[in-house]
Parts: sequence; C-alpha cells; structure tokens
Amino acid sequence: MATPIAWQIASVAAIRPETPGVKTIALKLPQWMRHRAGQHYDVRLTAPDGYQAQRSYSIASAPESEGKVELTVERVADGEVSGYLHEVLMQGDLVEVRGPIGGYFVWDAVQGGPLLLIAGGSGVVPLMAMLRHRAAAGSQAPARLLYSARGAEDLIYKDELDRLAADGWGLQVFYTLTRSQPPGWSGYARRIDAAMLREVAGPLGPSPMVFICGPTLMVEAAASGLLAAGIAEDRIKTERFGPSGS
Amino acid sequence: MTMDTVRDDANAALMLDGNAVAGALSEIFGAEMTVNEAECASCGQVHAVGAMLAFTQAPGIVLRCPSCEAVMVRIVRTPRGTYVDVRGAAYLRMPPS
Repeated sequence: MATPIAWQIASVAAIRPETPGVKTIALKLPQWMRHRAGQHYDVRLTAPDGYQAQRSYSIASAPESEGKVELTVERVADGEVSGYLHEVLMQGDLVEVRGPIGGYFVWDAVQGGPLLLIAGGSGVVPLMAMLRHRAAAGSQAPARLLYSARGAEDLIYKDELDRLAADGWGLQVFYTLTRSQPPGWSGYARRIDAAMLREVAGPLGPSPMVFICGPTLMVEAAASGLLAAGIAEDRIKTERFGPSGS
Repeated sequence: MTMDTVRDDANAALMLDGNAVAGALSEIFGAEMTVNEAECASCGQVHAVGAMLAFTQAPGIVLRCPSCEAVMVRIVRTPRGTYVDVRGAAYLRMPPS
C-alpha cells in the first residue's frame, strides 16, 4: 500500500470564515489522494531562518470532492501555526502539507450505522467530513450528532447541519450551548453529561459506532458517560485535541 | 484500585490520541500505523495504536497504554538519528503485506 507521507506544496483556492474564530481553507493539491472521512493533514510552516512548526488539521470536506481538500482551522490564542493561517495566509498562497493521515478515527459509508457523533467545539470538523461523506454517498444509516459549543456564534457549519438534518435521510442534530444561549433557545444548555448522552444515544440502540472529538477533558467525560450507559469500549473511538492543534 | 498517574495531573489536558502522531509514525515505519494493534507489556491488553494515549509536549513522543497507562512507545529525534523505544509493547502487529 502506498503511504501518503510525502510533503507537497498546495495552493490556497479559497478561504472562508465560519465563525469569528474559525476559518475553512480550501487547498488545491498537485498530488491529490482520496481521503477517508475523519483523516487529517499535517501543515508545516518554515521561517526564513529554517525554524519549522507543524500541526495537524482535520479534513472537513467529503472524500468525494476530487482534487481539493478543505481544512477547518480554529484560531488558538498565541498559536503560531493557526495564527499564521488566520492572519497571513491569502488565496493563491502556497503552503506545505502532507496527507491524508490516520486510519483509526475514520468512517466509511459502507460500514453503515447507526452512527453516534459527539463534538466539542472545533472537534466537529472530522465529524462534519463524515456527515458530508454520508450525504455524498447517499447513505441513510441512522446518525445522530451531539454538538457542544460555548455560544450560538461558535457553532460551525450550523446552517449546513440543519439542512442535512432536514432532508429526511435519518440524521438528527442536537446542540448544547454551555456558556450563553440566544433568546428562545430550545437546545441543551449545559455541558455534556450522562443524562444528555442517554437521551441522545438511547434511540440508536445498544451498539452504535461512536466517534467523539473535542478537547481532551470533554472527550474523557463523554466516553466514560457512554461506557456507563452500557456502550462497549470497542465501539467508541476518540480523537482528543490539545495544544498540538494550535 | 488503579494507579492514575496520568489523568490526575496537568498532563491530562495535554493528552492526545495515537491518531495525533499518525504522520510521525508513518514517517518512521513507512506505513499507516494507527489501525495496527499492540499488546501492552505491562497489562497484556491489546489496543489499536490510534487508541493509545499520546503525549507530544515532552521532548519527543510518548505513547501510553489506554488501559493501565504504562509507557509503551517512546520516540525521540536527535541529531544522531531517531530513537524508537518500544520496550513497553509486547508486540506490534503489522498487516500481511
């Protein structure tokens, strides 16, 4: 099997703001390779003095979008790579990347469902790739997304998620806003807890395929809550992100 | 009673998954490694490399067993080369070629 580890120079096809702190960067790749939903790319920046900084960013786009890949990047306070990608990078610029990388935290439509996706903050990005892939592949596998963010303005992809949930193909989306809620908010308004997990996961039966992505402590809480609810450990895949996402 | 040396301190917030170091691992082993399984030499549990606990803030990369938190893999780059210490793994199973 060929290993997709070679670095290549991608060009920035477009940059799109998602929320005040999050942008999506569409890259055109000379050596595009079909990815699997949930994989990431490594991005490497080199300063004129040779100093290099490297970070991993999840792919947001579906594998079906040929020749192109979209990375959604959250601006991290003092982040040397995310700061550059947010403040300096422009359409037409070149950036060094390698990927797609990772074979563990991935979902393919042929695996079917039911699918339980749990996101904290920008942890929604690889899960969005799964949902976009699910839609592009015409999958009707039952799927539920529980998405936790601080406030309504921090929800990435909300319009698209609402559209996907409304198309009648078996996706349901649940939001929880932990810090502030707009007037008339009907979603959850607290951190993910055991009761919320039981409500969201329950209708999917005893053994959904679970993907959890978010800040480390949120992932730990969600995983242990699902284990307590009786979901087997080998059905739960986690992707924690911490300072290496900066 | 389990010893919980990792999760109780500040390291907990810095912990990632084996998946986060997939790029570095594929560079070293020449293959995608995160779906391969490894047996912990301390507790005997078998986990996918992608499910291991990864610490990347140390000088190098440390992968720990998700069951008992023992160190399974250490990777350190030096000017003389890359050191890969897998003493903590009883085995690492690669797929048939």
